[in-house]
Amino acid sequence: MSGDTPTIAPEHGGAEHLVRMANDIGNFFRAEAVREDAVAGIANHIAKFWTPRMRRKLAIHGEGGLDELPREALRRLAESRGPAPGADAG
Amino acid sequence: MQSIAEKDLGTPAPLGAKMLTLSIDDREIEVPEGTSVMRAAALAGVSVPKLCATDQLDAFGSCRMCLVKIEGMKGLPASCTTPVAQAMKVTTQNKQIADIRRGIMELYISDHPLDCLTCPANGHCELQDMAGVVGLREVRYGYEGANHLVAEKDESNPYFTFDPSKCIVCSRCVRACDEQQGTLALTIQSRGFDSKVAASQNNSFMDSECVSCGACVQACPTATLSEKSLIEQGQAEHSVTTTCAYCGVGCSFRAEMKGEDIVRMVPNKDGHANHGHSCVKGRFAIGYATHADRIVKPMIRANIADPWREVSWQEAIDYAASELKRIQAKYGRDSIGGITSSRCTNEETYLVQKLVRAGFGNNNVDTCARVCHSPTGYGLKQTLGESAGTQNFDSVMKADVIFIIGANPTDGHPVFASQMKRRLRQGAKLLVADPRRIDLVRTPHIAAEYHLGLRPGTNVALINSLAHVIVTEGLVKEDFVRERCEVDSFEKWRGFVADPRHSPEAMEAVTGVPAASVRGAARLYATAGNGAIYYGLGVTEHSQGSTMVMGIANIAMATGNIGREGVGVNPLRGQNNVQGSCDMGSFPHEFPGYRHVSDEAVRHSFEAAWGVGLHDEPGLRIPNMFEAALDGDFKGLYIEGEDIAQSDPDTQHVTAALSAMECIIVQDLFLNETAKFAHVFLPGSSFLEKDGTFTNAERRISRVRRVMKPKSGYADWEITQLLANAVGFPMQYTHASQIMDEIAALTPTFTGVSFARLEELGSIQWPCNAAHPEGTPTMHVGGFVRGKGKFLLTEYVPTSEKVNAKFPLILTTGRILSQYNVGAQTRRTENVRWHDEDRLEIHPHDAEERGIREGDWVGVASRAGDTVLRARVTERVQPGVVYTTFHFPESGANVITTDNSDWATNCPEYKVTAVQATRVSQPSEWQKRFREFTDTQASLLKSADVFVAK
Repeated sequence: MSGDTPTIAPEHGGAEHLVRMANDIGNFFRAEAVREDAVAGIANHIAKFWTPRMRRKLAIHGEGGLDELPREALRRLAESRGPAPGADAG
Repeated sequence: MQSIAEKDLGTPAPLGAKMLTLSIDDREIEVPEGTSVMRAAALAGVSVPKLCATDQLDAFGSCRMCLVKIEGMKGLPASCTTPVAQAMKVTTQNKQIADIRRGIMELYISDHPLDCLTCPANGHCELQDMAGVVGLREVRYGYEGANHLVAEKDESNPYFTFDPSKCIVCSRCVRACDEQQGTLALTIQSRGFDSKVAASQNNSFMDSECVSCGACVQACPTATLSEKSLIEQGQAEHSVTTTCAYCGVGCSFRAEMKGEDIVRMVPNKDGHANHGHSCVKGRFAIGYATHADRIVKPMIRANIADPWREVSWQEAIDYAASELKRIQAKYGRDSIGGITSSRCTNEETYLVQKLVRAGFGNNNVDTCARVCHSPTGYGLKQTLGESAGTQNFDSVMKADVIFIIGANPTDGHPVFASQMKRRLRQGAKLLVADPRRIDLVRTPHIAAEYHLGLRPGTNVALINSLAHVIVTEGLVKEDFVRERCEVDSFEKWRGFVADPRHSPEAMEAVTGVPAASVRGAARLYATAGNGAIYYGLGVTEHSQGSTMVMGIANIAMATGNIGREGVGVNPLRGQNNVQGSCDMGSFPHEFPGYRHVSDEAVRHSFEAAWGVGLHDEPGLRIPNMFEAALDGDFKGLYIEGEDIAQSDPDTQHVTAALSAMECIIVQDLFLNETAKFAHVFLPGSSFLEKDGTFTNAERRISRVRRVMKPKSGYADWEITQLLANAVGFPMQYTHASQIMDEIAALTPTFTGVSFARLEELGSIQWPCNAAHPEGTPTMHVGGFVRGKGKFLLTEYVPTSEKVNAKFPLILTTGRILSQYNVGAQTRRTENVRWHDEDRLEIHPHDAEERGIREGDWVGVASRAGDTVLRARVTERVQPGVVYTTFHFPESGANVITTDNSDWATNCPEYKVTAVQATRVSQPSEWQKRFREFTDTQASLLKSADVFVAK
C-alpha cells in the first residue's frame, strides 16, 4: 500500500463501535413500557441486521459498556440461536 | 425552439370530465369542457395559426393570429382564449381572417431580421412557419423604419443565447418562467414599441435571478432564445426518449441527436414526472459524458503506488476475478463484497447484488442509499408496510397544506419544486421545518405560514411536540385511526406523546422553536384539508433518522393524511435511482422487493432461479465493511458508480479502510476519489450509452434508452456479467430487458413490469401486478400494505455529537441547484459558472465574534478532522449553526463529519457535527495531504492513453 494515506483513530475497528451500535438500538426501544417488548425488539433488530461476524465479535468483547436492555437482548439472542454461525469461514 | 418530435396543441389540456361536441370547419369533435377552440381544432386535425400560444402555457391571447369566426358570436375571437361550448360552430379560415393574419405577419416581419438561411431555428421557426401559412409575399411597410434589429445579443449564459433582434415579444418566455418554473425572473419591460424581454432589472441573464432551467428557451417560437449547442451543431435529425440521470424527480427527456452526437436535451411533454419541464442539470449539464477526464480503457495495478497500466478488457476482468478468488481463498468467503450506486440502473444494481449473493457466496452488498434514505426504507416499512413514498408528484396539486421537513426542493428537486410552487401560488398553505432558511420560506408569491427553524439534531423532539398538539387538542381523525390502524399501537402512542414532557412548551428549550409556532403548524397540518408531507435528507441523515421517519408516518396516520390524492408521506430521493436501487435488493439483509434473506420461501425462489445456495444471514453494510477492513477481515470490494471516499462521512476513516484492502475494483466514468485507492479500473458507461430503467421518488419506473454506443465498449451491466462469468457464476443476458424479466419473475411488486409494458404505458409506478396492472399512483388506498397502520413510539434521544467550548457550532450540510451530489458529473460542465467551490455559510453574529468576513478562509475543525473553506456570511443560517455543500472533494466536507449514524440503518449523521470555525490563512493539513495524494495519483495516470476521444 502507498504510505501517504492517513492513519486512523484507535477506536475504529474495535468492538466499542458495536457496543455503541447496540446501545443506540437499545435507546430506541427504551420507550416501550413493557420491558419484555423492548428486549425482544432489540434482539430482533440485531438478528435481522447484524452479520454473524458482528454478533460474534461483540460476544467475544463481552458485556462491558452495554446498557441493561441491549445486554439482556444479546443474552437472549445467544440463548435462542446458539453461538453466531461461522459464516466467515471460506 | 420546441422539440422536433412533439406536436403543440396550442393550449393545455383541461381537467374537465364533461364532454362537449362542436363543429370546426364542418368537422365534428367531442372534447372535455374547458378545452379551448384552438386545442379542439388541433385535435380535429385543423391547424389554427398561432404565435403566442403553446400547450405548455395558459392561453394569453396577444398575437391575434388565431382569430376565428364563431357562429352567434360578435367579431373574431381568439381561439386560444375561447373555451368550447356545446354545438358551437367554428370557422377557422375565410377571406377576412386570412387578411387579418397576413396583416399581423407583415407587422412582425417588418421588425425581424431576414436571415432565415443562417438562423439556428431555420426550418423549425414558428414565425417562419406562420409567414408561410398566411402566404406572406411582401411587407408593405418596408424595413427602414424604427426597429430592434441592432439590439445587443446576450451570450452571458453558458448554455443559451438571447438575441432580442429576433424577439416578437410574444411573452412565451416570460410566461414559461412564471408558470412553469415559478422563478419570475423575466418580464416585459416598457410599453408599446419599446417593449422588450428583460431578465430581472434589465440584467444579463447570468447576473439575473434566472436559474437556467431552459423553459424560456423551449417556449421561444423563434431563435431569440437558442441553445448554444443548437447554434453550433445545427438541428437534430432524430430524437430518443430517455430518463435524466440526476435527481430523484426522474425527468423524461428527448435526446435530440445527429447520428451519435447529442444536439440538445428537450424535456418530454409526455413525461409523467416532469410534464415537459426541466432544470439546469438535466437539460444542459451533460457535457461530462465526453469530458477530457473520462476514462474509456480498462486499467490495472498491483499497488496504489504503482502507475496504472492500460490492459484489454479480458486481462482486466481476469485479473479482477483472480484477485477476488485469491482473497476469498486466503481470508474466507466473507472477505469480499460489492457496492452499487443510485446512479446505476435497476438492472445494473440487480445484477451486482446477484453477483455478490450468488457469485461471491455472501450477502456483503450495499448501496449508497445507505448514506441517504435507508431510514426511509426502514421507517416506512415498520409503520406503513412498504419502503416507499405514498404518492405521485401530481398529487401535490390536490394538497391544501404542504409540509416540507428537512428538504430544499428548489435546489435538490427543482422540477418538482416548480410544480409545488404552482400549487402554492394557487393558495395551498406552506409549512417548513428546517434549521436553515431555504428559498421556499419566502419566494415570489409564496411565503411559509410557519418556518420552524429548529436546531439541528432535534427533529424527533419537534415531531413529538407536533404530535402532542394533535392528540391533546382533539385533532386526531379518530374514525380513520379506528378503521385503518392498529388501535393498540395508536393508544400506546397517544399516551406517549400526550405526556407533558413532549409539549411544544417543554420542547421549546430543546428545539429552539417557539411553542406557539409549533401549535400553529400542527393545527394547520391537521385541519387544513389535505396535508402532504415532503421530506429529505434533513430527516434521514441523523442518529435518529429512522425514528423521525416513523414520527412523520405517525402524524400522517393520526390525521388521516394517507391513502388518497393530495396527502401522504413523500420522501424526496436525492439521486435518480435511490428508490430503484433499494427495490432491487441492494441492501445486505434483503432480496429484491424488500424481503429478508432469512425468509425461506423467498430465498428458495432465488436459489431455484439462480441455481445456487444462498445465505440466510445479513451481510455487511458499507460502514461495517470499513470496520471489517480495518480489522483485517475484509479485503476485496467491487464498486459500481459510487465514490465512497468523497461521499461517505469521516473521510480519513474511509480512506484508511480502503488502504487496508488488497483489491478494490472501481467501475466508473472517472478516476474518482475512491478510484485513487483502486487496483482495477473498469470504465463504465454514461446513462446515454445503455438501456435500462430508473425508478424515481414516486416509485415510477422509466426507461433509460441507449442513444449512442458505449464509449468504453460495454454497458455497465455487461461489465458485471463479464466479471460474474470470470468468477465462475455464469450470466448470459443479451439485453437489459431480460434482466427486468427476471426481476419481474422473482418480485411480487414487479410482476407486471417489462420493457414492452413500459413502451406501452410510458412509465409504471410499482406495485404493478395482477392486482394493479397499470401500476399504483397512490399507495395504501383502502388499507395499508402491512394491513393495519402501526404507530411506533419515538422517544427523543439527543445525539451524542454535542457542542462544547472547543466545538461550539453545529455544522449541517446540503446541496445547491447547479451541482449534483459529489459533483463528479456537474463539476465537469459549465455549471461550475454558478458554483465553483463549496463555501461555509456562517451567521453574521458568529462571523463577527471570530473576525470572519465574507470570502475569508475559515478553518473548520471537528472531532473527526479539519478543513478550510471560504466564508459566506449570511442570515440564512441561524446563530450557532454553519452550513456547507459537499460537491468538491478538495473542500473536505466529509473530513469533518463523524461516524455517528442512525441507530437502525447506520445512515450517517451528516446533518449534525460540532465544529469550531476560525479565520486562517492556509489550507488544512488534510487538504495539503489530499493535494499531494491527488497529484501523485494523477502522475500515475499521465502515461496512459486511456481518455475519451473528443
